[in-house]
Amino acid sequence: MNGTLRNDSRGDKVFSLVNGAIVTLFFISVLYPIVYIVSASFSDSNAVVSGKVWLWPVRPTLEGYAAVFDYKMVWTGFKNSVVYTVTGTALNVFLTVLAAYPLSRKDLYGKNVFMILFMFTTMFTGGLIPSYLLVRELGMLDTIWSMIIPGALTVWNVIIARTYFQMSIPDELLEAARLDGCNDFQFLWKVVIRLSGPILAVITLYYASANWNQYFNAMIYLKSQDHYPLQLVLRDILIQNDVDTAMLAADPQDAARREALKILLKYSLIVISIFPLLVVYPFVQKFLVKGVMIGSLKG
Amino acid sequence: MSMSVTGRKTRAARRTERRPAIKKLIHSWQLYVLMALPLLYLIIFKYVPMYGAQIAFKNFIVTKGIWGSEWVGLKHFERFVHSYDFWRILKNTLILSFYNLAASFPFPILLALGLNYLRGRVFKRAVQMVTYAPHFISIVVIVGIIRELLDPRTGIVNKLLGFIGVGPINFMGEISMFSSIYVWSDVWQHAGFNCIIFIAALAAIDPALHEAAVVDGASKLRRMWHIDLPGIMPMAIILLILSTGHVLDVGFEKVLLLQNPINLKASEIIDTFVYKVGLTSQVANYSYSTAIGLFKSVINLVLLIVVNKIAQQSKQASLW
Repeated sequence: MNGTLRNDSRGDKVFSLVNGAIVTLFFISVLYPIVYIVSASFSDSNAVVSGKVWLWPVRPTLEGYAAVFDYKMVWTGFKNSVVYTVTGTALNVFLTVLAAYPLSRKDLYGKNVFMILFMFTTMFTGGLIPSYLLVRELGMLDTIWSMIIPGALTVWNVIIARTYFQMSIPDELLEAARLDGCNDFQFLWKVVIRLSGPILAVITLYYASANWNQYFNAMIYLKSQDHYPLQLVLRDILIQNDVDTAMLAADPQDAARREALKILLKYSLIVISIFPLLVVYPFVQKFLVKGVMIGSLKG
Repeated sequence: MSMSVTGRKTRAARRTERRPAIKKLIHSWQLYVLMALPLLYLIIFKYVPMYGAQIAFKNFIVTKGIWGSEWVGLKHFERFVHSYDFWRILKNTLILSFYNLAASFPFPILLALGLNYLRGRVFKRAVQMVTYAPHFISIVVIVGIIRELLDPRTGIVNKLLGFIGVGPINFMGEISMFSSIYVWSDVWQHAGFNCIIFIAALAAIDPALHEAAVVDGASKLRRMWHIDLPGIMPMAIILLILSTGHVLDVGFEKVLLLQNPINLKASEIIDTFVYKVGLTSQVANYSYSTAIGLFKSVINLVLLIVVNKIAQQSKQASLW
C-alpha cells in the first residue's frame, strides 16, 4: 500500500529504518518484562534474588510452582473466580442481547428515550456509597450474588451489540420472517442469535475478562475468605505481602531461603494467573480487535 | 424483486409513522418485554443509587433511612472544600490525570502510524499480538509486577540500572516517582490495544490519496503528516473529548493498589479518599463520602458537556 521498494527515495529509506527501530524498541519494552517474569518463575530462587536471571531461566526448577500448588487459598480463589466468571458472564450476555436487540430496531417506539436512559448512566453515577448501601439493603453482602448482580450489564457492550445488529440484520429479513408469521421473540431467538456468532464471541470475551480481573467489588462486598475470588487472594500475596510462610516448604530456621522462596512464589503466581490469558489469547485476538472496530462506529 | 421489497418497506414505514402513539406502543410490546429485565437492572442498580445520592445533602443515619434523615443542605460539600485535604487531593487528582492524558494520548497514535509503515508482515503481526496482550492482565497482577520489578533489592530494573552505575532506587518509596510509575505502567499496558482504533482509521483512508501523493513525489514522512494524520484526527478528537469527561476519574483501583504509607502524600486522589471516608475509616461517614463523590461526578459531567460544545463550535467531530 505504501509504495514499493523500487521507487523509495533515500529519505524514505531512512524513514523506514528509523520507524522500524522505534517500533522494535516499543515491542521489546513490552515483551521483555513478560519474558523476564516467566523466566524468573522457572529459575532457582537464589538466582532470582541475587540477580543472575536476565533473560532465560537459571538452574531451572519448579520450586515456585510447587509452592503455589501447595497454597490452599490460591485454589479456593481460583475455584471461586471460575464460578463467578462463568455464571456472571452468562447473565451478562443474556441481558446484553435482551437490551441491544430492541434498541437496534428502527420501529421501537420511544427508542431515543431508552437510549438516553442507557447512555446517561455512562456519564453520571450515584457513586460508591449509594451503590454499597443498595447492595447491603438487598442483603447481598458476602454472598455470591454481590459478585454477579450489581455488574450484570455494561452499557458499552450493549452499544457494541446494538451497532452490530443494526449493521448485520437487514430489515428485509424481519419483513420476510413476519410474513411467515414469526413474532419478535421467535425472530430474536431463531434468526438474530444464529446470525450473531461473532458479536456474541466479542461481548462474551469482554465480560469474561472483566469478571475474571475484577477485584474492587469483591473487596467491598465480601467478608469471608472462603468467598474470595482469585484477584483478592493475589492482592493479599502480591501487594500486601501477606504470605503464609507455614505453607512454604522451606526450613523455618533459614530466613534468607524463605524470603527467596517467597519472591519466587510471587513470580510463579503471576505466571499462573496470566496463564489462561496466554493460552486463550492468540485464538481470540481477532474477536477482541473486532469489538473495538464495531465500537468505533457511530450507531 | 429487490424493488418490490423496498417498496413494501417504505409503504409499511409510512403506515407506522401515521399511527397514533398508543398503537405504536402496542406494536412494540414484544420489544418492551425483551427490554424489561435489562431496564429493571438499570433502574435498580444505576438510577436508585442516583436517587440515593441525595444523602450527600442530608445527615444520613442508617436507622432513619435515606428518606427519614434530616436535610443539611451543602454542609458536607463545604466541609470538603474547606478541609485540610481538599487542595492536596484535588492537585494529586489533576496532576495524575493530565500527566496520564498527555502520555497515553499520543502513544497509540504514534504506534499506529509506525505500524502502518512497517514492512514485514510477520513482524507487524507479532508486534500487534504482543502489545495488545497486556491490556487484558488484571490490575492486581499489573501492580504485583510493578512491585516485583521495581523492588530496590531484588527487582530487575534496579539490577539493570546498577549495570550503568545508577541506584539502587527505592521507586515505591519515592513520593516524586509515584505519578510516573502510575502513568508509564499504564502506557505499557494499554498503548498497544488503544492503537487498534487508529489502525482502523488509517485503513479507512482512501488509498487514492496516497497514490496521488506518491505520483507527486511526496516522501513517506510528508504523506504521514499531510494524509494519515488529518485522516485520523476526527477519531483522536472524539477520544480526547471522552477522556476529558473523565478527567477526575483516575484509574482509582490501580491507585489504591499502588498506595503505601510513604507515597500517600502524592497518591491520595478523590476516589480513594471517597472509599476511605465511606468504607474503611473507623467512623464511616456515608454522607460526607457521597458528597465528595458527587462533587466529582458533577464536575466530570460539566466538563464533558463544555468540551463537546467547544468541539461542535470548531466544526470538528463531536459526540452528539
